Amino acid sequence: MAEITQKDIIKPENLVYRKSKVMTDNVMHYCPGCGHSTAHRTLAEVIEEEGLQSKTVGVTPVGCSVLMYNYIDVDFQEAAHGRAPALATAIKRLLPDRFVFTYQGDGDLAAIGTAETIHTCNRGENILILFVNNGIYGMTGGQMAPTTLVGMKSSTSPFGRDAKTMGSPIKMADIVALLPGTCYVTRQSVNTAAGVRKLKRAIKKAVDYQKKELGTCFIEVVSNCPSNWKMTPVESNKWMEEHMFPMYPLGDIKVPAEE
Amino acid sequence: MEKELKLMKGNEAIAEAAIRAGVDGYFGYPITPQSEIIEYLMEANPEKTTGMVVLQAESEVAAINMVYGGAACGKKVMTSSSSPGISLKQEGITYIAGAELPCLIVNVVRGGPGLGTIQPAQSDYFQAVKGGGHGDYHLIVLAPSSVQEMADFVELAFDLAFKYRNPAMILSDGAIGQMMEKVELKPAKKRNEVLPEWATTGKPETRKRNIITSLDLDPEAQERFNLKLVAKYREIQEKEVRFEEFDTKDAEYIFVAYGTSARICQKAVQLARKEGIKVGLLRPITLFPFPKKRLNELASQVKGMLAVELSAGQMVEDVMLSANGKTRVEHYGRMGGMIFTPEEVVENLKKFIKGE
Repeated sequence: MAEITQKDIIKPENLVYRKSKVMTDNVMHYCPGCGHSTAHRTLAEVIEEEGLQSKTVGVTPVGCSVLMYNYIDVDFQEAAHGRAPALATAIKRLLPDRFVFTYQGDGDLAAIGTAETIHTCNRGENILILFVNNGIYGMTGGQMAPTTLVGMKSSTSPFGRDAKTMGSPIKMADIVALLPGTCYVTRQSVNTAAGVRKLKRAIKKAVDYQKKELGTCFIEVVSNCPSNWKMTPVESNKWMEEHMFPMYPLGDIKVPAEE
Repeated sequence: MEKELKLMKGNEAIAEAAIRAGVDGYFGYPITPQSEIIEYLMEANPEKTTGMVVLQAESEVAAINMVYGGAACGKKVMTSSSSPGISLKQEGITYIAGAELPCLIVNVVRGGPGLGTIQPAQSDYFQAVKGGGHGDYHLIVLAPSSVQEMADFVELAFDLAFKYRNPAMILSDGAIGQMMEKVELKPAKKRNEVLPEWATTGKPETRKRNIITSLDLDPEAQERFNLKLVAKYREIQEKEVRFEEFDTKDAEYIFVAYGTSARICQKAVQLARKEGIKVGLLRPITLFPFPKKRLNELASQVKGMLAVELSAGQMVEDVMLSANGKTRVEHYGRMGGMIFTPEEVVENLKKFIKGE
């Protein structure tokens, strides 16, 4: 049998996956196994498939995803730590026909930006908030986050998070679901192919609801942080399933009345 | 066309002028003594007429970040507050300066520090002209001394802000914000439909994506950016200095005062001249850029300059830098919401002349 070369394999009929045209060619700075890159890609695919590239304005946070604007080829604003929903509020009010989203981590959204998160959701701003929750501060090097699990070790909870003195993990999706301004609140993950497909469906729904002006869409992506959890990517995904998912169960928390 | 004259509070004049100047969005949070601005705008409901968005935010912090978001879309957006609220906005202001976004911030100053008082003061001068937040930056700072100027400076501030892609501030105080005067209103302008090319409005195929950020992790690139800002501030200092002079021609002494203090000093000049004291007044209209050059010239002519401010002595430092040792410079002020009378100013001028 003749040897099969790379050329033989790369044929249109064999291609089952390609990079979204809305992704740039910049090399991502994320650690191996980190969920951010998959979450970015999934969002970029939706922007491409929905034909939204020329209508999208994104807001990046402070945290690991601060440089997200290097990877997705749409207009971006970089916010101060925690303030992304305030920026997005003004963008959407002043350019109502654009697709506006924020992309925020747990420190950004659930600690320093709690007020902006709650009030943006409470006003029912027609934006998408994509919340990546990995229970730790990644960029600054593994400090405790508001979503860090009880007992979980971090550089600022070296003996494990003590609920008595450090509080308990805050469940932001459940909190914003209580507000009349949110129309769609769901918790997803990107650790399996099925999870990625579900996230993509959720983002597509959020695009649709934003067009219909139903209110704020809030999608939490429960994710991992292999570097700061001090695990391999595989270990971190296993740990996430065993420990993060029981505290942050996946699935829809709130769907629009019409659904 | 017949002039449109109205009797208005300074705060109301700012709000009405904003609607007429074609402002796209106002984002604010109530605080005394400037709440009339947002109240007037909510009552006027310009969203129905000009399309101007008026939003009451959850905090001053959120309001200034809404201004960031709107300004980055190339829109004419503004916020207003008073001293404690302006302190809260400083984070957003430095990001706006770092991202080179045009906008208007109004500070109707009250006495401090801390919660202080709700009465007028000029004790936020340093915060307004020296930066206020972290990093090397300047705002363009305009100091109105009448209700008419409260109205006129809205458009001027936006013109300068867009010309230089730099945040502008109207530094007023509780007296001018609250007092009523006759004001001539300009006819309403339409809102801009064409947005600047740098704005984040959604990326068409014809251009690269626009990114509005104040982040650069490469120190050499960040320094290049800092130098670009320095050059911009230098250009502003060369081209945009505005001031007014009263009776300076034969003056042996000069009051330097802005805003409310300048009005009082104008009267003090008249009183002192009746007593034979040759005194004049220089009123800076732009506090950044400061009228350094003119003050330096006057410093060669006069025997002394008295900086008269409602503070413990802030602008006096810029007057000293301007005089650069050529003449005596001292400060007279009152604080805590107390305002000097013209007679008190004259009395203190006499003490200054005697060298007391």
